[in-house]
Amino acid sequence: MTAAAQVRARHAAVWRALGTVRDPELDEPLTDLGFVARCAVEGGSALVELRLPTYFCAPNFAFLMVADAHDAVAAVPGVVSAQVRLVDHFAAEAINRGVAARAGFAASFEGEATGELDELRATFVRKAVLAGTDRVCRALLGAGVDRERLPELTLGDVPAGADRDRLRERRRELGLPHGPGDPLIVDPDTGGPPRDVARHLGFARLTRASQEANSGVCRGMLRVRYPHRGEEEGGR
Amino acid sequence: MYEKDGEKYFVVDGHTHFWDASPQNWVEGQEEYAKGWIECFHAYQGLGPAETHWPIDRFQKYSEELMMHDLFEVGHVDVAIFQPTNLRQWYRNGFNTTETDAALAEKHPGKFRVNTYFDPREGDAGMKAFEERVRRYDCKGVKLYTAEWMGDSRGWSLKDPEASRYLEKCEELGVKNIHIHKGPTIWPLDKDAFDVSDVDYVATNFQGLNFIVEHVGLPRIEDFCFMATQERNVYAGLAVVVGGLMHARPKFFAKVMGELMFWLGEDKLIFGADYAIWEPRWQVEGFVDWNMPADEELSDFPPLTVAQKKKILGLNAARLYDIDVPEELRLEAPKVVEPVGVPNP
Repeated sequence: MTAAAQVRARHAAVWRALGTVRDPELDEPLTDLGFVARCAVEGGSALVELRLPTYFCAPNFAFLMVADAHDAVAAVPGVVSAQVRLVDHFAAEAINRGVAARAGFAASFEGEATGELDELRATFVRKAVLAGTDRVCRALLGAGVDRERLPELTLGDVPAGADRDRLRERRRELGLPHGPGDPLIVDPDTGGPPRDVARHLGFARLTRASQEANSGVCRGMLRVRYPHRGEEEGGR
Repeated sequence: MYEKDGEKYFVVDGHTHFWDASPQNWVEGQEEYAKGWIECFHAYQGLGPAETHWPIDRFQKYSEELMMHDLFEVGHVDVAIFQPTNLRQWYRNGFNTTETDAALAEKHPGKFRVNTYFDPREGDAGMKAFEERVRRYDCKGVKLYTAEWMGDSRGWSLKDPEASRYLEKCEELGVKNIHIHKGPTIWPLDKDAFDVSDVDYVATNFQGLNFIVEHVGLPRIEDFCFMATQERNVYAGLAVVVGGLMHARPKFFAKVMGELMFWLGEDKLIFGADYAIWEPRWQVEGFVDWNMPADEELSDFPPLTVAQKKKILGLNAARLYDIDVPEELRLEAPKVVEPVGVPNP
């Protein structure tokens, strides 16, 4: 492989790595959301810039995204130096400094935060499980499955596809049963069957509506803020 | 008043502002935040129809004449409720204060209701000033901005004991409508900034007050709805829902309206245009024209009736604020409808 081809391949690998990083609230990859403003690879150095829909987007989520992106890019084979920076954000300086120093969230915002963000992240993965449950259940209902039968079904009964894979992956992340023989409907807090299935499915639908509306607002705001979005994506 | 197809709608805009975010009003050393704030608002305007977008300089500071025109001459609004947002940390004379709102309201009798604010971090002096404002401007509501910065503090919680003292004072003074904005950067930053559990706490403790969660807790509608089903005195302020979604994301708008009707019901939803982010005219007209689309994903939700739209656009807020509605604009036989709560399996 020529040196140029090698850099191209590495750039593609860095982009793929960024595609594994999600906005924890929206449960979608940064690359799909248009949050990657710049992705440049030179030799073994990778420089990534992230942007968000508003100047005041919540700093805790912003921190998680920058830290996750840093970890993902640094793990790409051949990348010896990874720099990930948030731009156009009120807390960019503190976040960038904290992530670069591997300082953790609490240390990056001394006096303004009392702990790390693991529980916050877990809360949103639980929401993602609920939203994902509605997605696959709606598809089943649309295919004529009786609502009453849903609690008897397993993940294996859901037609194969991206929605099922995503739901299984989120359940795996939470340590919940996620095999094809495991129940389709579980309470994300306990891993067992929900006490009231109808109410559970109602909240699953509501959680999905909320997540999607939120994503819609974020995408709309990003487009207003960066009308030429898309030009940088995937570029050097 | 808006009339369409022989139906007359009494319109209460539950969420309006008269702000000054012009550079002359930026606090020295805080320009970055003052500019970031108004630009963020301006970007929200981009979610409305293109012909309603304003240039940034007009958006930073608009005239009284323009506001009166946009709301009352062409916007179909009968009464508008001012929701102040001080932000004195960033804006020298404040961003949108009770005092500026009240000055405008006094010039146009009957057109506005003036809400004020309290901030438990202001202590006893703040309490005294709060009481004075309530008496002077006849306030029946407050707008609380728990995420507001003050010195090193990045916000406060309704669960703070000091906040309860103020809420007791609200009960005493007849300030019965507590609007709460849930926004980013509440302290401590590591907690979920949109957490509505503090509203749950005070709604239980203060049964005589109404709690209107502005922007329906977006982006946490699910937490908000869950909480609201358990508290009979919690309402949804629709600012941002109509302005931010109806035009830009119609399908999500339909879903969100369906969920709000399902979990809270038609008596708990309060329209607000959120001027000057969005003008009321297109929102009122669009909402009257709108209905639940025929779509498999929306099949759990029935269409809205004319009577339900009348409640949402004005009659609900008129009830909370004791606004006199002309006889011909009232509903014939108002009845309280409980939210459905849970779908039939």
